[in-house]
Amino acid sequence: MVTLTYDGSFEGLLTAIFEIYEYRFSDVSIVPADRAQANVFNDHRQSTSDPVKAERVWLGLKKKVSTAALNQLHRAFLSELPGIEDKLYQYVLYVFSSKLSVEYDYSNSFVLFIKQTDQKVRREKHRMEAFIRFQLTGDGLYYAICQPDYNVLPLLQNHFRERYADQRWLIYDSTRKYGIYYDLNTVETVSLSFSEEAGSGKNLQAVFDEKEELYQQLWQQYFTSVNIVARKNTKLHLQHMPRRYWKYLTEKQVQ
Amino acid sequence: MSDRTLEKLSILADAAKYDVSCSSSGSDRKNKDKGLGNASNGICHAYTEDGRCVSLLKILLTNHCIFDCAYCVSRKSNDVKRAAFTVQEVVDLTINFYRRNYIEGLFLSSGIFKNADYTMERLVLVARKLREEHNFNGYIHLKTIPGASDELLKEAGLYADRLSVNVEMPTEQSLKLLAPDKKREDMIQPMNYLKGAIIANREEKKLFKKAPQFAPAGQSTQMVIGATPESDLEVLFMASQFYKQMQLKRVYYSGYVPISNDNRLPAIGTPVPMIRENRLYQADWLMRFYGFKVNEIVSPENPHLDIDIDPKLSWALRNLQIFPVDINKADLQVIMRIPGIGVQSAKKIVSARQFSKLTWEHLKKIGIAVNRARYFITCQSKEFELKDLMPMQIKQRILSQGASKYQPNFSPQIKLF
Repeated sequence: MVTLTYDGSFEGLLTAIFEIYEYRFSDVSIVPADRAQANVFNDHRQSTSDPVKAERVWLGLKKKVSTAALNQLHRAFLSELPGIEDKLYQYVLYVFSSKLSVEYDYSNSFVLFIKQTDQKVRREKHRMEAFIRFQLTGDGLYYAICQPDYNVLPLLQNHFRERYADQRWLIYDSTRKYGIYYDLNTVETVSLSFSEEAGSGKNLQAVFDEKEELYQQLWQQYFTSVNIVARKNTKLHLQHMPRRYWKYLTEKQVQ
Repeated sequence: MSDRTLEKLSILADAAKYDVSCSSSGSDRKNKDKGLGNASNGICHAYTEDGRCVSLLKILLTNHCIFDCAYCVSRKSNDVKRAAFTVQEVVDLTINFYRRNYIEGLFLSSGIFKNADYTMERLVLVARKLREEHNFNGYIHLKTIPGASDELLKEAGLYADRLSVNVEMPTEQSLKLLAPDKKREDMIQPMNYLKGAIIANREEKKLFKKAPQFAPAGQSTQMVIGATPESDLEVLFMASQFYKQMQLKRVYYSGYVPISNDNRLPAIGTPVPMIRENRLYQADWLMRFYGFKVNEIVSPENPHLDIDIDPKLSWALRNLQIFPVDINKADLQVIMRIPGIGVQSAKKIVSARQFSKLTWEHLKKIGIAVNRARYFITCQSKEFELKDLMPMQIKQRILSQGASKYQPNFSPQIKLF
């Protein structure tokens, strides 16, 4: 069995898939370099990301399936699930082996898996669009910290750029240690060392706009007031707003 | 803006919370000239502890009211704290909540002070300020005050994404009994006006793309359920009429939360009819997304929805002659009518069966509720359910397999209501 390692990027994965065809590997597994485990029985190969090879795979797929299906592949990749590379490879294999487009063949387990994974990633993206809470700093930056289950920041850019076109904002993924920053013109990926203390509300006065605390209080008050006690339904509440997201939700910081 | 605002917010959000609508979808307002916000598919930004979505800043401009509707907390005769926001306060709250990604926009309603037009004018003023002075393109839902003039409605439609007039009660008799100051025609008349204006605007937009939008997310309404003795038949026929004749986007059903000792109403402490409300929404979904006609769901012989099973299942049990359906052949419309299969799964089935004959294994993976659906379908397999089961037997088997989330409520006592 061949273990093919790649750099963890989408381009890297497409390159790896190209090389499987190029070197005619059979019985192969693609693993990101940082997750690869040494195994004496396996043949280890390393693939280096190559934009030309990646492009060829992408264009090849484009001839076979719709743009929607291509986007699905990309989003499924962002799930970072262990083994997602092999599933994506099997999907690609199935696409290239068929004459017609197989993107709607949900009786094929790989096609269905990619579709379902894509749904999970999109749900997480949607959750982040809902649960991001900006705080306004003294120098006019709206910033938010989040910990999404999947690597969804790349999918969030457009939504936040279109919506908050007239304010500078920064969204930071504290699991993956990078953020996206909008400077009123473009969105850029930034990696910075960010102290979590700043977001915990302890030193609100020091860093934040003078009105920030007031609006947080108002929001908390609103959240409490709209609740109808006679209809309490904790199960439903938790289903929609699982506990793991509470950490960064302003309305959940009151005790 | 400080303690006083905090107090006002708590009073006026509390008073607005019985209006159940919080949807922010159905509009397609783009961000204009690098301003603030846009509105399209709707996002629920938070969920309260009762599990309801918080999408909009839903408040009353004031809870002072000259009307005395028995079911309403803000009624004139009720001894509650009164407050009123200034226009600027509402604008500031909306903008600042929106910028922090707390909300999708504003849902502004109001108690009626002085008269209908005076109140409506204030609501429109808030919307105008947001749109014109702050270039705010987020979602705005304005309540239409019954009896307000057409000119004001027209202006409201130019700023708001959605407008709504609440009919409050499913029938005119109930309205007369509980809201003696309100008249049915005062509610129907603005609805009619808005319907006309929305249709005219759509036609205009076909000809001139640049024509201003008029209430792009349409209009909606709300009925209070369980305060008066109407049957589900009356409620759903009324809703169906609103969808068809008034082209409403949504009808909301609000389970009555007892708030007063008025002897015309259920006493304080009576449980909120949450299951009934849920069943009504399920029936509503069947009408809007599953192609059901209202008389397939309720009829004079079955004027009430079943409490222990959902309306689709009970329809299927009444119409067993149609089943079993062959999953590999039936039309999408028919597959959507099978209990245990939703719109999404039905579409997946129709796509997938072009590639191979579907088996139970496929169906499970696609995510249908096989536990329910198995009594109503056949697929590529020799294993079928015994076909000569009686409706009651199927119902018993399905109920015994899963514990309904409402199980504790199925005691015989509750069934009396």
